[in-house]
Amino acid sequence: MSGMLYSLVALGFVLIFKASGVFNFAQGAMVLFAALAMARFSEWIPDWLGMENLFVANLLAFAVSVVIMFVVAWLIERLALRYLVNQDGATLLMATLGIAYVLDGIGQTIFGSDIYKIDVGMPKEPVMMLESVFEGGILINKEDFIAALIAALLVISLSIFFQKTATGRALRAVADDHQAAQSIGIPLDRIWVIVWCVAGITALVAGIIWGSKLGVQFSLSTIALRALPVVILGGLTSVPGAIIGGLIIGVGEKLSEVFLGPYVGGGIEIWFAYMLALVFLLFRPQGLFGEKIIDRV
Amino acid sequence: MSGRKIGEVILDLKNISLSFGGVKALQDISFNVLEHEIRAIIGPNGAGKSSMLNVINGVYTPQQGEIIFRGQHHANMDSYGAAKAGLARTFQNIALFKGMSVLDNIMTGRNLKMKANMLQQAFWFGPAQREELEHRAKVEEIIDFLEIQHIRKTPVGRLPYGLQKRVDLARALAMEPQILLLDEPMAGMNVEEKQDMCRFILDVNDQFGTTVVLIEHDMGVVMDISDRVVVLDYGKKIGDGTPDEVRANPDVISAYLGASH
Amino acid sequence: MFYRENGQFKTSYKADQQVFAIPQDRWAILALVVFAFVGVPMLVDEYMFRAILVPFLILSLAALGVNILVGYCGQITLGAGASMAVGAYAAYNFMIRIDGMPALASILLGGLMAAAVGIVFGVPSLRVRGLYLAVATLAAQFFCDWAFLRIRWFTNDSSSGSVSVPDISLFGWTINSPTDKYLFCLGILVVFSLMAKNLVRGNMGRQWMAIRDMDVAATVIGIRPMYSKLTAFAVSSFYLGVAGALWGFVNLGSWEPAAFSIDRSLQLLFMVIIGGMGAISGSFFGAAFIVILPIFLNQMLPLVGSLFGLEVSIALVSHVEFIIFGSLIVFFLIVEPHGIARLWATGREKLRLWPFPH
Ligand SMILES: Nc1ncnc2c1ncn2[C@@H]1O[C@H](COP(=O)(O)OP(=O)(O)OP(=O)(O)O)[C@@H](O)[C@H]1O
Ligand SMILES: [Mg+2]
Repeated sequence: MSGMLYSLVALGFVLIFKASGVFNFAQGAMVLFAALAMARFSEWIPDWLGMENLFVANLLAFAVSVVIMFVVAWLIERLALRYLVNQDGATLLMATLGIAYVLDGIGQTIFGSDIYKIDVGMPKEPVMMLESVFEGGILINKEDFIAALIAALLVISLSIFFQKTATGRALRAVADDHQAAQSIGIPLDRIWVIVWCVAGITALVAGIIWGSKLGVQFSLSTIALRALPVVILGGLTSVPGAIIGGLIIGVGEKLSEVFLGPYVGGGIEIWFAYMLALVFLLFRPQGLFGEKIIDRV
Repeated sequence: MSGRKIGEVILDLKNISLSFGGVKALQDISFNVLEHEIRAIIGPNGAGKSSMLNVINGVYTPQQGEIIFRGQHHANMDSYGAAKAGLARTFQNIALFKGMSVLDNIMTGRNLKMKANMLQQAFWFGPAQREELEHRAKVEEIIDFLEIQHIRKTPVGRLPYGLQKRVDLARALAMEPQILLLDEPMAGMNVEEKQDMCRFILDVNDQFGTTVVLIEHDMGVVMDISDRVVVLDYGKKIGDGTPDEVRANPDVISAYLGASH
Repeated sequence: MFYRENGQFKTSYKADQQVFAIPQDRWAILALVVFAFVGVPMLVDEYMFRAILVPFLILSLAALGVNILVGYCGQITLGAGASMAVGAYAAYNFMIRIDGMPALASILLGGLMAAAVGIVFGVPSLRVRGLYLAVATLAAQFFCDWAFLRIRWFTNDSSSGSVSVPDISLFGWTINSPTDKYLFCLGILVVFSLMAKNLVRGNMGRQWMAIRDMDVAATVIGIRPMYSKLTAFAVSSFYLGVAGALWGFVNLGSWEPAAFSIDRSLQLLFMVIIGGMGAISGSFFGAAFIVILPIFLNQMLPLVGSLFGLEVSIALVSHVEFIIFGSLIVFFLIVEPHGIARLWATGREKLRLWPFPH
């Protein structure tokens, strides 16, 4: 099921890449930042308001976190990316690494650097599923199941947003061709702010799900690195690619750990996904669903 | 024209076809180039002229056809082999190494002729130093020839367009090529710059006997300096012959009138 | 003496092609090197050697390696730490498994091993670039992290997973005091810097830069991307491997794989960005900056905090460090992609023309 969560992070990557050609290494830092905000506000708000209701507190914390992520998105676009359009991929990548550092630093300065928990009332007990399909069924965490459901919901609503709304169409136009989009009067800056906001929200959702599962801590920031092979596998420009890639990697990691792990001493999860992605890159550099490009001269 | 003598066929292109996805950039194109001649390729925008040059020196791989260079048959050229065999080119959208000085840009044109190994280079010793000096002298000759002494040490990114085109030519000349492929060497230049460029091209052809294949939009220039002309339109060849023959060709006239800007 | 070059005319290409074409520069650099060898050991205390100078020298060497690859050849890498690890562990194994292997030889062999592995890391660069290449190098990084942690052979079956080396010696000179360590590293760095400078100003370096700036045009003039890229990976990894071996042998003495993790790779990349991509001097600026900033913040922040009556924790210092690094990287990428080295060069240019700028 971790596959679904990889998909969610990968989705954040793909969104920003599609619309601005920026590969956002800071996605992981955004997840951490959002999760920290959520965790701390859900702790602070009841204190400030002197109330007990967990649901309302979470809701308020969520709202505040969304606002914060919007501000972060706006600042990133305003202060950094706007000056870096049309730079080559490697430069942008390094810039987002820088942004990741800044976000990690600021997040921990404001919200602290201990381990926090997010309690959004997700059920923890495992349930049996598919008992009617085959004997014994499979054992699944309800939590994982709900998480997957939320992720799926997010993906669906995003695709509707892209397909049906005017903003969504503008976004896709920008993704296809910056200059052409600009020339028909689509305001690039605004579009980019919106994309970053959307990426911020996916980060928040991913952060909440991971956070309530594992606790909010610095290591959340590294899930960007875990999700990276997903994007490579799926193709950088493809939303369905991100989802399928996430699933493949999630399952692949577990299978490799179970079947290969014992022979080589375990712990191979981390690089296995990368090797998979690497092999893939060598044979099909544009990913499963990406487009192939021949340089012009 | 002076003492140069047009020779045998040096480059022969047979039934070249190239497409990108659905776009048929070249369809069944055949023509040849004679040694020491100046051969022009003309045609409206998007006709496939640049693609043709890219096929000749191995940047693009054609789906069909054959390239015969000095009697050797190739289904496609590879860039390294083409460079080694003496094909050099300039680019339509200048492709200089923008982080380097003019001098270094031209020096890269000599890379194939430099043999010192890495260790010798690391210690700047023996052959490495000797080579560097020899080739520097040769490059200075080219710099003098193209009259760009004053900008030797300037980073190419800072030069005006016309001079960049000249440096592009200098880098190609540094390879001492047999065939020089020029992609719109005069595009975007003013009249004087064009005249200079024409003079350089004619001098190269005349003094070193270099065969020139040239893409150019300026008809005046083409008619003046080329020996024979190929006309492309929408990836098809619609004319081939001396400037006068081509000028009289009805297909060419209608293509140009139809696509007149 | 004035910093002027008029009146100095070069009469041969040889004079024009010197490493430092302006005599004043040549003398200044020579004086600096002499001072580093003779003056510094007389002036500086042990703490400075241990905490600042030795790490600075070794990281400069590593940054040189990264700069060759990223700054000169334009191939991004997030696997620099892995190359250092290969160098360190290979040197360690040469040292303990072969009787009487001199330390310097095992360090250099470690470098060569890193170069060989680096070539393998570089293979993906023939197919992909930019971001995809970054991913490929990350794969190498994670694989090496894992290999040195889990494969016992590399660590000579040490139970704790960490390895240690005794003091090393060079032709009877035992390198154990901080001064010795400093001088040893300095010697290596001077030689390696000179080699790097020679490589980048010659044919090899021009090929790397050509590939970086416009690979199609480079191919067309007969530069083979495969050869250039792989040599850049090899040379770069050689430098990193030697730096890694020095880091382990001289700076740390005993170490675990974590010393060469992804964090190290990022740190090296940042050094090169901040110091100056495509400039040898940039590697030194970057390394100096990264070594000194944390120490500086550690001293300064509590002071600043106490002015406002605030308690400054160690955690806060490290967070502020993050913020400063991050912002500087973004700043340099936007404003001056050639880093401190370019700012320095511009300043010097001004001085050369001062007071008549036109
Ligand atoms: N790398 C490429 N990928 C996709 N399509 C290409 C590529 N290179 C060329 N084309 C297409 O092939 C056709 C011919 O292009 P080409 O550049 O050869 O034209 P041209 O005659 O040089 O035009 P111009 O006068 O504008 O330079 C065009 O339709 C172009 O869009
Ligand atoms: Mg063209």
